[in-house]
Amino acid sequence: MAKVQALDYDVDKYLEEQGYDDHFHEHEHGDKYKVSFISKYIFSTDHKTIAKQYLITGMAWAFIGAFFSLIFRLQLGFPDMDLSWLRPILGGWININSEGVGSLSPDFYYAMVTIHGTVLVFFVLTAGLSGTFSNFLIPLQIGARDMASPFLNMLSYWFFFLASVIMLLSLFLESGPFAGGWVAYPPLSALPQAMMGSGMGMNLWLFSLVFFVVSVLLGGLNYITTVINLRTKGMSFWRLPLTVWSFFVTAIIGLLSFPVLVAGFVLLLLDRLLGTSFYLSDIFIAGEPLHHVGGSPILYQHLFWFLGHPEVYIIILPAMGIVSEVMSTHARRPIFGYKAMVYSIIAIGFLSFLVWAHHMFVSGMDPFLANFFILFTLIIAVPSAVKVFNWITTLYKGNIHLTVPMLFAIGFVSFFISGGLTGLFLGNAPIDIQMHDTYFVVAHFHIVMGVAAFFGMFAGIYHWFPKMFGRYMNQTLGKIHFWLTIVAAYMVFWPMHYLGVAGVPRRYYTFDSFVNFSQFDTLNQIITIFAFVGFTAQLLFAFNFFYSIFYGKKVSERNPYRANTLEWSAPTNPGHGNWPGKLPVVHRWPYDFHKNGSDYRPQYVPLDPDERDVH
Amino acid sequence: MTALVATIAYVLLLGIIILISFINDVHIDMRRDDPDFRVKQYRRSAVGLLVFAALFFALTFGSAYWYKDFMLGYGPHKAASEHGPEIDSLFNITLFFTGLVFVLATAALFWFAFKYRHVRGRVASQFAHSTKLEMIWTVVPALVMTILVVKGIVSWNKITADVSEDEEYLEIDITGQQFLWNIRYPGKDGKLGAKDFRLIEPGINELGQDWTDERNHDDFFAEELILPKGRKIKLRIYAKDVLHSVFLPHFRVKMDAVPGMPTYAVFTPTMTTEEYRRRLAKTKTYQRPADPDDPESDPLWKVFDFELACAELCGIGHSSMRRVVKVVEPEEFDKWFSQQKSYYMENIRFTEHDPYKDKLLPQEISQRKSDFETRFNRALSAEEEAKRSIELRHVEFKTGSAELSPLSRYELDFVVEALKAHPNIRLEIAGHTDNVGNEEMNQKLSLARAKAVYDYLVSKGIAPDRLKTVGYGATQPKASNASESGRSANRRIELKIIK
Repeated sequence: MAKVQALDYDVDKYLEEQGYDDHFHEHEHGDKYKVSFISKYIFSTDHKTIAKQYLITGMAWAFIGAFFSLIFRLQLGFPDMDLSWLRPILGGWININSEGVGSLSPDFYYAMVTIHGTVLVFFVLTAGLSGTFSNFLIPLQIGARDMASPFLNMLSYWFFFLASVIMLLSLFLESGPFAGGWVAYPPLSALPQAMMGSGMGMNLWLFSLVFFVVSVLLGGLNYITTVINLRTKGMSFWRLPLTVWSFFVTAIIGLLSFPVLVAGFVLLLLDRLLGTSFYLSDIFIAGEPLHHVGGSPILYQHLFWFLGHPEVYIIILPAMGIVSEVMSTHARRPIFGYKAMVYSIIAIGFLSFLVWAHHMFVSGMDPFLANFFILFTLIIAVPSAVKVFNWITTLYKGNIHLTVPMLFAIGFVSFFISGGLTGLFLGNAPIDIQMHDTYFVVAHFHIVMGVAAFFGMFAGIYHWFPKMFGRYMNQTLGKIHFWLTIVAAYMVFWPMHYLGVAGVPRRYYTFDSFVNFSQFDTLNQIITIFAFVGFTAQLLFAFNFFYSIFYGKKVSERNPYRANTLEWSAPTNPGHGNWPGKLPVVHRWPYDFHKNGSDYRPQYVPLDPDERDVH
Repeated sequence: MTALVATIAYVLLLGIIILISFINDVHIDMRRDDPDFRVKQYRRSAVGLLVFAALFFALTFGSAYWYKDFMLGYGPHKAASEHGPEIDSLFNITLFFTGLVFVLATAALFWFAFKYRHVRGRVASQFAHSTKLEMIWTVVPALVMTILVVKGIVSWNKITADVSEDEEYLEIDITGQQFLWNIRYPGKDGKLGAKDFRLIEPGINELGQDWTDERNHDDFFAEELILPKGRKIKLRIYAKDVLHSVFLPHFRVKMDAVPGMPTYAVFTPTMTTEEYRRRLAKTKTYQRPADPDDPESDPLWKVFDFELACAELCGIGHSSMRRVVKVVEPEEFDKWFSQQKSYYMENIRFTEHDPYKDKLLPQEISQRKSDFETRFNRALSAEEEAKRSIELRHVEFKTGSAELSPLSRYELDFVVEALKAHPNIRLEIAGHTDNVGNEEMNQKLSLARAKAVYDYLVSKGIAPDRLKTVGYGATQPKASNASESGRSANRRIELKIIK
């Protein structure tokens, strides 16, 4: 084969000669994008700024959530440890006994478990991941100047911000934040007398999440509209990068499922505040019978998981898109099975609506229903398997540049394999009888949608950081971050499978009462120690991230990875509007690497006379 | 102080890592135009990935082997229920397929990342699409899924099937509440009585049992879930306040307890606790002392018990909802079962909570009747005159009064029947009191009480000339008046048969 020619395309020339003139400057007269500090950095309508706002808010929540997990891991790994030194930070959440030994109170143990789950799922892996990258990449990769509605986009972030503020406030309530688990099953979540966190903490939790859903819906509407309407000339659907495909399908899933969650939450609020009985019946609590009859807690579970399950795909699909893009670019090789990838994304999106009740096999719902949910749940393994095999084949005979984003992309695939496969156990109802609500479940979903999604997110952050901030992150720190995280994550979550198979239930404050659950002290200590190692790695990442924003090495070339997608055709620090002059016009799919002897061919490069755009 | 030192050390460590990273990055930057240097960098990462994969596999298999004796379904932990092995075998089939995919895919992933890392002059393949390959990895997983789905669905429907009308099974009520399990057995009638949450009275009627439902009258509670080996069990699962979940890990049973919606779980235990312990005793793991700090403590297998745990977050005491589950041989179970005392009879009967406190239940009547008849006949046939006397055990009066309590009539009716059956005998009705109060009053009271019995019998058609009343006051105690129980025994009506 011919030697690969290292090319540097003169982007400006292509844009000037081939670009599409939307008369950007004549229309705008520069007014719309003339900005003050406030409108540039705070109430910005620029999708790139909004993306960064999502990212940084998401990171803040990630650290709060991770910090909580360390505290409750201390309780699980070292229950006898004196925690009185945490009193300056956690105050009354730490009980001090007569000997001066501090321990975590069970109320706040559960509060931390709950807030950890809630913020990681919603604020970090939904807003922080999909919010960041959908916002940042959709307009840049489809050749649009901004979202279809920049104002709604801004509103979307500020609703998220409002949700964040309310959630944050709930942490400072005297009775603590909500503590009944992130799934918030009634009656525990509906009755203030059931636990401390079910009082005002639960009201704030519900309000926060309702605002959060508003944010997701505003964002999602925008993403969908933008992808459908604002693709530049030549950008057909079959030429969209897999990132955009995944954000697009993610937004559709969100738009269809989140409203159901809100419906569920509103009914829960009515039960809580107005004495209705949607979810409540036959309850005797705190010494008296309640008036509620006829409601069903199972109804809530259906409504919750109708979002809850699609939600895990809302989390993982953007990561999948990012990984596909990063892998192809850094392996210098077309993504394998582009169309199969797109069809799998769509299939996963569709099937994600037909599997929700696999979370409820032993909830008391009619066992007959399980037949369908076993079927559809296990079918989802097929498109997932297709994606995994396509990623692996993308590495096959590649020319792999093992950069930091590439390492994280490989890590993602590893976690997705490890965590995805355990889903086949849980999705099969008979096995779920035994595994449901044990540590096996905790291991499964943390690996497949927690760690894997984070690895996708890290791959994306390291990959697009130069585009976002015009500077590079420190590579060595990036690699240390990768190695510490992959080792720590496996060491934390892999042993949990064993706990699960041994029957140890999740959400236990202590295992002391049970003969069979209290034999795993060493295992629990290992998990806790590696949780600290993993957290340390994230501190290094945070330092690297914020330091590099201001002092990182400056990006000198417009397209440092020699990638094909359109965002790299924009200037390194694009202003609002993304391209100063004409918009790029697309002539090919985004994965023409090593084609006909050239290292890469960006999408704006026209086809050679004898070349066809086939994939 | 230690915390401060630890924090400083930690921050220093971070600082050193960051410093080294910066120096290294400067080094990388200096050699950015040296393609060989980059190749070397990638090689280092690629080797790292390979080493990681090797360690990952080694640790995975090593740790799985290390912990196998604790894993339910492995080592000594055979499922202790009839349907358990079905779940375990589905688990193993799934483990086989997923294990295969896990090893192959993970190995391929890390191997390719190593093998196809960038080196100078490498040209990546154009290979981006193959219908054949993509068909293979769509169809093969689909076939595997078909096997798993079919097997899963068949097992599921078998396991979750309710009991049929005509089969024999033992029903047990398990009711969760914050933070304990109530375990109720059906008693001799084999049926659990009705209940309603509105009837719950803490400490008196924990489950809200409806005492007008006779099926409740023999139900009893147990502190442990005692099960007979080899008999089908149907757990009827309820919750009083919030969601709970009945989890019996060794029996592969789990079902949520839902307020307002009874659920059930059906299973058959196949191993007694003793048998399970003996299996455990054979493995080294379970021969270790239960308390690692005390080598003299009992070995793990000895302290083993089946346990009932809560598997649905129910509040701050979630992790304390434990009950011991004891599986015993059926004969032992039957013996235990027959010895249990009905909760209603022991704790509710004749209290203010008893809707039947003013009447006797049919079985009580027949029991008292046969008791009375036995004693009456014995007295009737006694040779010595002193033994021709019987005490009316259930005839009672209000304190200080001669008014018969409502329940007294049952025994008096037996007397009426006996007198009618033996028309040639006569009775002396003797009243006795304890020594509280003055002598004269007691004498009067005892006579009045005897008279009350006399009046009742006469009202039932006994000829007055067959009866004679006498009041003894406190003069003939049959027990010491020093204690209340003694005084209570002394307050009595006795009948003396006069032939």
